[in-house]
Amino acid sequence: MNAVKYALGACLALLCVMASPAQASGGHVAGLVKAEIDLGDTASLQRGAQIFVDRCLSCHSANLMRYNRIGQDLGMSDAEVKERLIRGADVKIGSTMQSNMSAALANTAFGVVPPDLSLTARSRGTDWLYSYLRAFYVDPARPLGVNNLVFKDVGMPNVFWREQGEQVLTKDAHGEAVLSLAKPGSMSPAEFDGMMGDLVGFMSYMAEPAVLQRKSLGLWVLGFLAVLFVLLLLLKQEYWRDIKK
Amino acid sequence: MNKLFQWFDARLPISSFWNAHLSGYYVPKNFNIWYFFGSLALTVFVIQIVSGIWLTMNYKPSAAEAFASVEYIMRDVEWGWLIRYMHSTGASAFFIVIYLHMLRGLMYGSYKNPRELIWIFGMLIYVVLMAEAFMGYLLPWGQMSYWGAQVIISLFGAIPFIGPDLALWIRGDYVVGDATLNRFFALHVIALPLVLLFLIGGHIMALHEVGSNNPEGIDIKKHKDADGKPLDGVAFHPYYTVKDLVGVAVFLFFFAIVVFYMPEMGGYFLEKPNFIPANPLQTPEHIAPVWYFTPFYAILRAVPDKFLGVMAMGGAIFALFLLPWLDRNPVRSIRYRSPLFKALLAMFVISFIVLGWLGMQPVTPLLTFMAQFFTILYFGYFVALWWMSKNEKTLPVPERITR
Repeated sequence: MNAVKYALGACLALLCVMASPAQASGGHVAGLVKAEIDLGDTASLQRGAQIFVDRCLSCHSANLMRYNRIGQDLGMSDAEVKERLIRGADVKIGSTMQSNMSAALANTAFGVVPPDLSLTARSRGTDWLYSYLRAFYVDPARPLGVNNLVFKDVGMPNVFWREQGEQVLTKDAHGEAVLSLAKPGSMSPAEFDGMMGDLVGFMSYMAEPAVLQRKSLGLWVLGFLAVLFVLLLLLKQEYWRDIKK
Repeated sequence: MNKLFQWFDARLPISSFWNAHLSGYYVPKNFNIWYFFGSLALTVFVIQIVSGIWLTMNYKPSAAEAFASVEYIMRDVEWGWLIRYMHSTGASAFFIVIYLHMLRGLMYGSYKNPRELIWIFGMLIYVVLMAEAFMGYLLPWGQMSYWGAQVIISLFGAIPFIGPDLALWIRGDYVVGDATLNRFFALHVIALPLVLLFLIGGHIMALHEVGSNNPEGIDIKKHKDADGKPLDGVAFHPYYTVKDLVGVAVFLFFFAIVVFYMPEMGGYFLEKPNFIPANPLQTPEHIAPVWYFTPFYAILRAVPDKFLGVMAMGGAIFALFLLPWLDRNPVRSIRYRSPLFKALLAMFVISFIVLGWLGMQPVTPLLTFMAQFFTILYFGYFVALWWMSKNEKTLPVPERITR
């Protein structure tokens, strides 16, 4: 019997070892910077929403996300949402977030229609987004003058160049490609990272708005099941008391 | 109330059914943790049926609307996210529970005489469940749904002569498209669940005809008291109903942890490419099936020839059907079998897990070699079992249940 237990133990250990690299890819991939996101920080998510509508919606859409849902989840009244997030008098509070640029115009400008961003935080991962947004550098060979270390030859310009400044591509002592700040922007690197953190936090929320409910509801469900388990265990022991081993 | 019951009972076999299958059905008293997984499989089946019914109320089986309708469920339908995560987590939970249930059968020889038919029913359930899961996986219409279906259906195309026409017939189109989605929806929500229901009925009826095996592998019907009740048995109800409920509570606790805190399970239960709508013009870099299919996918890729690979993959499942006749040793429980048997079973389980991991990885020469090695070990189990079980040195099996 012991041999079987050891074998099963070995299998379990094997499973843990094999699950670990993929677990890492769920959270963190080599070469990407970890995005520190706190979905409980409503102020940060509100700032992120502001950045998103001001900067990203110029070209991208988020056509699975409704404006009033943002307000309900992030503690803003419909009036506040209208004032802070909605651009255009004809956009209704219950509308989904559409791009300010038509698809045809975007295609002419960038050679590609910018993707919808509703689910990008789930399809790419938050670490990827955070790293990507901080990885633009000057490259005169590209049509828009910038390239990206995470997404090579991307069609998107660096929309945060004023805040971030200009980065250039250099090689470190080991010959690895690294980015260094050639011309500072209006923000310090730490401030800029904070701004990108707010934005990626919002995009993470936007990819799954239910995330805010499920984590708090989960505690109640687990608590209920724990109590139910104890009661059922006592019931089972009461019945089995008279069964001889 | 009592009169009402009697009226019905005189016209419908209520109390006789209750007696035959619950209060008067005797079960060995020594079930251990491995015996929870049957009732847990039934629990997951109910979760899938109920959550599935509610998903159908808002899901749209059309290539143009499917992806957005799933996100509509996730965002705009009250509790939609919970129903959807229960269903997606339930799919993986079903296979975890079923694999452990099958391993229990291998350990304690539950497939042996007189339970061969129970095993056959169980294997049929497993095969239909794979079809059910495969078709359900297409419905969210994400990139991996689409390309996974494309790859698996194209395997049928490898069959000589009829292959290409067969694949076309399954898809209803030259590529996976709206017609495919529509028919997979019909099969996923009606046809296969009905087949599953009948097979589960057959599985349980066959079980109740011959009685349950147990960790000792002893027949409890050999020793009965004056009333004809097995001395080492207890009535299923109330003893095992209350015990199985404890198992259900523990299972639901872990199930809820996944549903509420890790619904993607690090990309194993919900894969990242499936958050991108299906795009027939853009193949993902790396296509892999969901984790519960990967052992067989690894076997498929281990064989250099496509048709032979498909045969090997089918053979890997078919070999399990033959277990009652491949294992020629009458001793059921692993507790009384030889160290060689224990080693073989451990080898089989390890091969299955390693093949599962290999099936998720991109192809490299080293990994392909590993897959070939573990494929041989996987099939080696069945050959070695047939060979060694004939004259295996086993320990004496006790007459009565003592532990």
